Amino acid sequence: MKHLDRREFLATSAAGIGAAALTGAFPSLASAADASPFKPEKDAKLELLRWSGFVKADDTIWAENTKKFTAATGVPVQIQSLNWPDVTPKAALAAQVGSGPDIVMGWNDDPFVYPDKLVDMTDVVENLGKAHGGWYDNARSYCFDQDVKRWVALPVGVTGNALNYRKSWAREAGFNEFPKDLDGMLKMARGMKKNGHPTGFALGHAVGDANSWTHWILWAFGGKQANPDNSIAINSPETNGALQYGKALYETMIDGVSGWTDASNNQAFLAGKIGLTMNGISIWYVAKEQFPAIFPDCANAIPPYGPVKTHTIANNFTSAYVFKYSKYPNAAKDYLRFMLDQAQAGPWVTGMLGYVTPALKGYADLPIWTQDPNITPYRDVMQGAKYDGYNGKPGKAAAQALDEFVLVDMFADVCVNNMAPKDAMRKAETRLNTIYKRA
Amino acid sequence: MISRSSLISRLDSPRVLGYLLIAPAAIILLGLLAYPLVLGVWLSLTSATLGKAGEFVGLQNYATILADPIFRGAAAYSVFYTVCSEVGKLVLGLALALVLNQQFRGYRAARALMLLPWVAPTVLSALAWLWLLDPQFSALSWLLVQLHLVHSNVDFLGHPWPARFSLIVVNIWRGLPYFAIGYLAGLQSISKDLYEAAAIDGADGWQAFRRITWPLLAPITTILVAFSSIFTLTDFQLIWTITRGGPTDATQVFTTLAYQRAISGGQLGEGAAIAISPIVFMVVLAFFVVRSVREK
Repeated sequence: MKHLDRREFLATSAAGIGAAALTGAFPSLASAADASPFKPEKDAKLELLRWSGFVKADDTIWAENTKKFTAATGVPVQIQSLNWPDVTPKAALAAQVGSGPDIVMGWNDDPFVYPDKLVDMTDVVENLGKAHGGWYDNARSYCFDQDVKRWVALPVGVTGNALNYRKSWAREAGFNEFPKDLDGMLKMARGMKKNGHPTGFALGHAVGDANSWTHWILWAFGGKQANPDNSIAINSPETNGALQYGKALYETMIDGVSGWTDASNNQAFLAGKIGLTMNGISIWYVAKEQFPAIFPDCANAIPPYGPVKTHTIANNFTSAYVFKYSKYPNAAKDYLRFMLDQAQAGPWVTGMLGYVTPALKGYADLPIWTQDPNITPYRDVMQGAKYDGYNGKPGKAAAQALDEFVLVDMFADVCVNNMAPKDAMRKAETRLNTIYKRA
Repeated sequence: MISRSSLISRLDSPRVLGYLLIAPAAIILLGLLAYPLVLGVWLSLTSATLGKAGEFVGLQNYATILADPIFRGAAAYSVFYTVCSEVGKLVLGLALALVLNQQFRGYRAARALMLLPWVAPTVLSALAWLWLLDPQFSALSWLLVQLHLVHSNVDFLGHPWPARFSLIVVNIWRGLPYFAIGYLAGLQSISKDLYEAAAIDGADGWQAFRRITWPLLAPITTILVAFSSIFTLTDFQLIWTITRGGPTDATQVFTTLAYQRAISGGQLGEGAAIAISPIVFMVVLAFFVVRSVREK
């Protein structure tokens, strides 16, 4: 298939979206721009703290859309971008001191750490949900706080996690297509390793990459961090199965993954050191832009099923929340509604080649998702995606367990430190019990 | 009402005037130094979480962390990290100072270059070391392979002990100039007459070092070790940038664990207790510094 370059993508998809909107071909993307119920306060001005884009087009198009908002409403918006793991502590400090940005675009269950400090976003959530085909289940898991019983954040979407591999090396290992189940993937990984092309999945304290694959494998075997009543459920035969699989997969990996940061797998994959990893589409985007020699051989696949026979993907969820100390909550809500409306979000998602998969179901219809088969897996990452602390109650405890790398370290204890799975499970169980009792 | 003459006579008293003159400095010290410390101690005695003041819980946070194996591991590694780093910095710093105390061609440039690791921003040098220790792209590994000392890349950060020692090496590299420049200043203050007298008495180089140099460097050693130990025990940036406390919490220290619990996890009370706990070591070190300064 012909691969389009970024300019062609932007041109064709933007034209497609425009035409579709005009002709009503995508009723689920009907514009809500003219019917905003949120009227900015007089002389409002906003400050947004967000993570800096992993792909260049993200920052550029977000800034362009922000200018459009300012032109339409007269509300200036100052954007401060930070390296993504630094947003969490910065937002936490703002919550603590009661001063800082009006809006934060942060990660995962951060809003659950200080729900009392956040503006009720229920009206924006309902407004956008109605206009764009509703929200995926994951959105509620990460943004509706069950303790204060309201939406404390507006779901934006996920930087989805799919598998990235080298097609020729998979073929050499006997796989013309990416396997549909975990057993098949392990066979492929072993074949690749035998041919001198190891796999690579982060096992250090890499916030995104280490959490993503370990959670996926745990859930794929039916393992759970907690039960719905928040009693700890990690010590189970299902977790044992996941750890055994993790250990087998670790044997196919390149040396040093337990010291990897979030950037390491990207560097190793793009340098041709590994043939299989898990990442957002940014890895493929960078290959497309900067590594033309290997790009035609790079492919993406949806993470295969484990014994539970359903998707069990762990994504990095991003949401936007407004602090109560903001003097301009209506302006903030109007800004967020504007940015997630079709006229802005469509080109944003398209320009990023789907780096952020929106949490609104309507955006699954965007033409970008089917422009290239390697982008399609990232459309589907929301299907059956689970949340931190699954199957317990989303909230503070789950957030803290994620921040402390409890599950990552459980896998690392088995894979790297040669700890018996039962001991690693018991260690994780002890830590989780402490965290959940304290929260 | 106090009359003008009475006010002047009171100000004439050295006791009153003395207190008055040191008041601005005392207020600044109390505000800038004591307040954060007192607040930290108070937080450690409460159940405060991010955004919530919490309640007074006494020593419960300290009991919790003492029962926590991750905290005990972090405390042990903090002490190990500090002791190993200080020994390394002391020995190598002294050796470097002895070399740089000689007048050779380009010695001034060498003295200036020596300071580079210390003046470079810590995060920047930590990022450089992250590359040097990378399991796939390490220049150090490449060099070792080229020299046929190892067959493949060294996994510096992937296993607990190599990661712990790697961080110690980075800390030594960063803190070495502090010791070297301190010792260099100390060496230059030692009178050459002493060495000439020792040489006349037939002392060799080692004897001169053992009987003259080292005893006269003892006061400065105390100050260097004490200050450097405080910096090392509270080191954060190097470790957070390179390992974030991993793998499997093997390189957690007081500061990284406190940050993880208080800021990322929102448990301010527990985080404050972790951050306050090394204060015992620091008070002891501060005592030695003050005593040494007084003796000097």
